[in-house]
Amino acid sequence: MSPSRFPVITAVANVLAHAPGLVRYGSKPLRDLAKNPGLGAGLAARLRGYEAAVAYAPNQVYIGNRDPETLRALPRPWFAAPDPGASSDGAFGDFIDEAELLGLLKLCDRARLVQVDADTLAAAGERLARRGLVTPAEMSGVAPGTRDAIRKLVESREAIPLWLDGRVAGAIARGHEDDEALTANVLLENLAAKATGVLALRRLLRQVEARLGPDDIEFVIAGSEEAVGDRYQRGGGNLAKAIAEAAGVGRATGFDVKSFCASTLYGVFNAAALIQAGVFSRVVVVAGGSLAKLGMKYRAHVVKEMPILEDVLAGIAVLIERGTDADPCIRLDTLGMHTIATGSSQQAVVEALVMGPLARAGCRLRGVDRYATEMHNPEVTEPAGSGDVPAGNYRLIAALGALRGEIAREEIQEFITAHGLPGYAPTQGHIASAVCYLAHALRAMRAGKMKRALFMAKGSLFLGRMTEAADGVSFMVEA
Amino acid sequence: MKLNGRRVLVIGERDGVNAPAIEACVKSAGAEVLYAETLCFV
Repeated sequence: MSPSRFPVITAVANVLAHAPGLVRYGSKPLRDLAKNPGLGAGLAARLRGYEAAVAYAPNQVYIGNRDPETLRALPRPWFAAPDPGASSDGAFGDFIDEAELLGLLKLCDRARLVQVDADTLAAAGERLARRGLVTPAEMSGVAPGTRDAIRKLVESREAIPLWLDGRVAGAIARGHEDDEALTANVLLENLAAKATGVLALRRLLRQVEARLGPDDIEFVIAGSEEAVGDRYQRGGGNLAKAIAEAAGVGRATGFDVKSFCASTLYGVFNAAALIQAGVFSRVVVVAGGSLAKLGMKYRAHVVKEMPILEDVLAGIAVLIERGTDADPCIRLDTLGMHTIATGSSQQAVVEALVMGPLARAGCRLRGVDRYATEMHNPEVTEPAGSGDVPAGNYRLIAALGALRGEIAREEIQEFITAHGLPGYAPTQGHIASAVCYLAHALRAMRAGKMKRALFMAKGSLFLGRMTEAADGVSFMVEA
Repeated sequence: MKLNGRRVLVIGERDGVNAPAIEACVKSAGAEVLYAETLCFV
């Protein structure tokens, strides 16, 4: 077997955590409930149970129990047709319930700010151990909070409650009496990202345990979007190292990359570049879920009398190694960059992120089997008037192909079906933005069903008010 | 289209037409742009 020209992707974990009790702390519900607490009952009535969330076909796609293309054959709405073959044990990762999530939050809390009651911790420990994600010894070392202590903490207003099945099962306290970067809500957001990142990294390590141990990982890059820090360095980071520590990856260090939804894809090519440069030989890219985006479109879902579908936190971990031709490589010679000079017209963005890599690879539009863009689930976005995001991206790519004469105008729809994908990802930007398809592409390439996939992500830099520019990055993965 | 003397609030969309593009169009038609913002809906 000859050495591969570029670093390779050897394993990917895609995990989900059901979080209906945390939806009230998503940015949109939190702001609305502060203005009108009466909205709480309507919101609670539209939250779905764990079994329904597991059986939701797009979630089964995310954790690898279905291929994305199979969604096309399913009648809409997808939430009305539970997947009969659904399982919380996905080919790519676990879909944990909310008790397990609260247990993980407690396990990952090094600042002793989280209290979780004994019943919840016992259930979490037993279920997470059964999945091979924690050891019984780890969980037995975590002390439960008494219900009385949790109640007093919440009543003191120094903590916010953690809900489970309609009851208070725990609490998280603020980290400082007057630091706006360390309020209970901010810390919950950061800890949720950490815990789901840990979940993904632990699952990744389980997938490769026959070949590698945690000490074999040399570096970790985190692509989460949370601003971890205190009043003097809000957003200072470094969640990568915190996740690595909690996953037992003791010989690694790491850092965070930030570029809104493009962060995780930036992480992947930077990991590959560090390996290509000879700095490391084995790097993990990890990202936890975005609590702020829970219930982002809840108002539309309540009005349309459908379940609130943004009730899951997603996580992802990708192992990149110096490899051989046996695994798909990251074509570092095909990087697509949205430079400042690119400008922000959609045509220019697609030129930079799609046509650029194709030109560098000497490849035509149809030479790429699948294009992974922002794979947001349209069933979440369409009721709120935000449209079908991946479909819009595919139309742009195809239209540009038609403009360049690579596709006949009447072939546009056929091209989109053959080379595009239906959206299936939770609206967790930095995970929905292309990286969520890495696991599927790896599986298809290993099975000999795919030769090339192009991954592209966009970052909405302008949201931070420091520029009017957007951002984007892309690269090709090749078997 | 002539927009001379019109004052315009611009709301663009990341995956559609962004605010700087709309701003350039309406300014070229003679409008005064009071506010411009690009939104991202995902």
